[in-house]
Amino acid sequence: MRQRFGEVACAAAIAAFLAMPAAAQANKTVDAIKERGQVACGVSTGLSTGMSTLDDQGNWEGLEVDFCRALAAALLGDATKVSFVPLEFKVAFASLQSGAVDLLARTGTWTYSRDAELNLDWAGIYIYDGQGFMVAKDLGVASAKELDGATICVTGGSTTELTLADYFRTNGMSFTPIVGNGRDQNQQNLEAGRCDVYTNEIGGLASSRTAMANPDDWVLLPEVLSKEPTGPIVRQDDPRFRDIVYWTLAALVAAEEYDVTQANVREMATSSTNPEVKRILGTEGDFGPMLGLAKDWAVTVIEATGNYGEIFDRNLGEGSRVKLARGLNQLWSNGGLLYAPPFR
Amino acid sequence: MTMRAATTVPEFQDAPREAPLHGWMVWARRNLFPTPFDTVLNLTVAALFAWVLALVLPWVLFDATWSGDSRADCDGRGACWAFVVNRFDQFIYGFYPLDERWRVNFAIAGLALGLTALLVRGVPGKRVTGLLMLLVYPLLAFWLLKGGFLGLPEVATARWGGLMLTLVIGVSGIVLSFPLGVALALGRRSGLPVIHGFSVVFIELWRGLPMVTVLFMAIVMLPYFLPAGMKLDSLGLAVAGIVMFQSAYLAEIVRGGLQAVSKGQYEAADALGFGYWRTTFYIVLPQAIRIMIPGLVNNSISLLKDTTLVMVVGLFDLLNIVTAGSSDPDWLGTAAEGQVFVGLVFWTMCFGMSRYSQRLERSVRSRRH
Repeated sequence: MRQRFGEVACAAAIAAFLAMPAAAQANKTVDAIKERGQVACGVSTGLSTGMSTLDDQGNWEGLEVDFCRALAAALLGDATKVSFVPLEFKVAFASLQSGAVDLLARTGTWTYSRDAELNLDWAGIYIYDGQGFMVAKDLGVASAKELDGATICVTGGSTTELTLADYFRTNGMSFTPIVGNGRDQNQQNLEAGRCDVYTNEIGGLASSRTAMANPDDWVLLPEVLSKEPTGPIVRQDDPRFRDIVYWTLAALVAAEEYDVTQANVREMATSSTNPEVKRILGTEGDFGPMLGLAKDWAVTVIEATGNYGEIFDRNLGEGSRVKLARGLNQLWSNGGLLYAPPFR
Repeated sequence: MTMRAATTVPEFQDAPREAPLHGWMVWARRNLFPTPFDTVLNLTVAALFAWVLALVLPWVLFDATWSGDSRADCDGRGACWAFVVNRFDQFIYGFYPLDERWRVNFAIAGLALGLTALLVRGVPGKRVTGLLMLLVYPLLAFWLLKGGFLGLPEVATARWGGLMLTLVIGVSGIVLSFPLGVALALGRRSGLPVIHGFSVVFIELWRGLPMVTVLFMAIVMLPYFLPAGMKLDSLGLAVAGIVMFQSAYLAEIVRGGLQAVSKGQYEAADALGFGYWRTTFYIVLPQAIRIMIPGLVNNSISLLKDTTLVMVVGLFDLLNIVTAGSSDPDWLGTAAEGQVFVGLVFWTMCFGMSRYSQRLERSVRSRRH
């Protein structure tokens, strides 16, 4: 995905130029959503396993999809009021800039140049991805440091290829690349034994593992070679909307931290004695209206989708077929990077 | 495989003395093994063919799994056709509401019926059927599929998908671009400067653009020029783009056909006192269309395959709904099965078109004499 950035940049730059005069009104996006009664959410074209795919009934499912539902619950009080707009990577940024969608919940790594040049904002990070390795279990390898001399499957012309070369050079190891032209081919090469190792983003590797004839025969190594943070992307024309998107994510993370779940959120709202939980769930203070939301907005959100942990588990974690380990996407208190600022 | 004409081996040369030869043996000896070289060549090819089949058939048929609720139900030895079986309805109807799918069936049945009546030689009333299919059927199909008036509830085009969407785009692209293409071709040959100029500019503009760019502009750039909140129908945009695109190509095929009609035909029509329109519609076009058949069909086939580009505007045609299906966590690892299925469907449609055009050419040729 990342290797096609150049092709997109030009179109996006034109779009950004055209978008400039439009960025005058405040609360533009929030007002438009309320008037429309729906959040227009840009997702993948059904290809991001665990993030946004279509089930056999034609319903969207995945972590990014659930985040859109959570946002609709926060803003409109109803998690079903989302229109999912499938976007190919090459039209995604430009579609957001042109106003065709309100936000992108569509895997796009947060980088300096994108943030600076596209006139867009990343409103938080919901997945800390990064490049990793997958090997056959019976190879008995426990760490990437043991991969000296390995043959490695990698997608040609991608940033993963460069990161791979850098990693081996800095660690003074050698490798033989087996270049494929995409995930399907790399998967087949690995399964057929043409290479010992397959390197890609960890989320993608977990999907590839599920696609193998026997998923239990393959393991992901613990090393993370690169930073690939992804999160909801919004336009810069409505700071209030950005805040709502950010705090929706924060509420999901905080809910996990304070053990507020889909099942017990109503009960917690009345019985919890923790002042932070009371403030999040709207039983103390007047926090919702500060962002123009209902007082109990977070209750609606968590009741609709569950907390971050539940969403992750359902779509990517042990409750799903992908079986991705939490890794960096663990609460800060459990050694991960997820951290919600205080609700006060 | 190498076939030799029967004349290379005279029939009476090798009369059966020992055992009487059956019909197929005579055929085989004459066509497959006439000379030692041909024998070796044919046996090698046959062996290669058998080898490929031996590799492919176990995966495709013998070890394949045909039913199941997820990839886990497939044992991984053969193809997981359960994926295609399980999702078949979605591949055909897309996200069309379950209770309304009879409407799609009716529309497709109407199309099949109309085409059969037009294509099968024995059926009478070709002119009436043709007019019905061109003028009445599109409206009927639109009413059935989209609804929203005359008693049928509306089904938004965002819910259309799969093979049905591919057919809608393909058929409307082919049908709508034909009259436009003919008009542009006539315009380009016209002596009136405005009409001529417009046709040339239109054709050269659209022929010079890649289709993906056209769709990209339609979906990304158009919202800037429209009033805020106004949203155009993605399917409408896609069909409009394809028709513009296709009519430009078609115009050049038609122009080629028109130029191939000999000058004598025009002059003879002039001498008989035919005006421009009569000459065009009764003398020139009927002859030109005969010449154009291969080009027209070629164009239609490539259009049908181009419909897979509509993913750019967010529509799930057959190919994209299948690839999306094999990314569902339940069906990860079934990409190959999906692609084989899509390939088979597209090949059947395209091969059918090509066979029909060949028959049409033959019948047109025989009618000439």
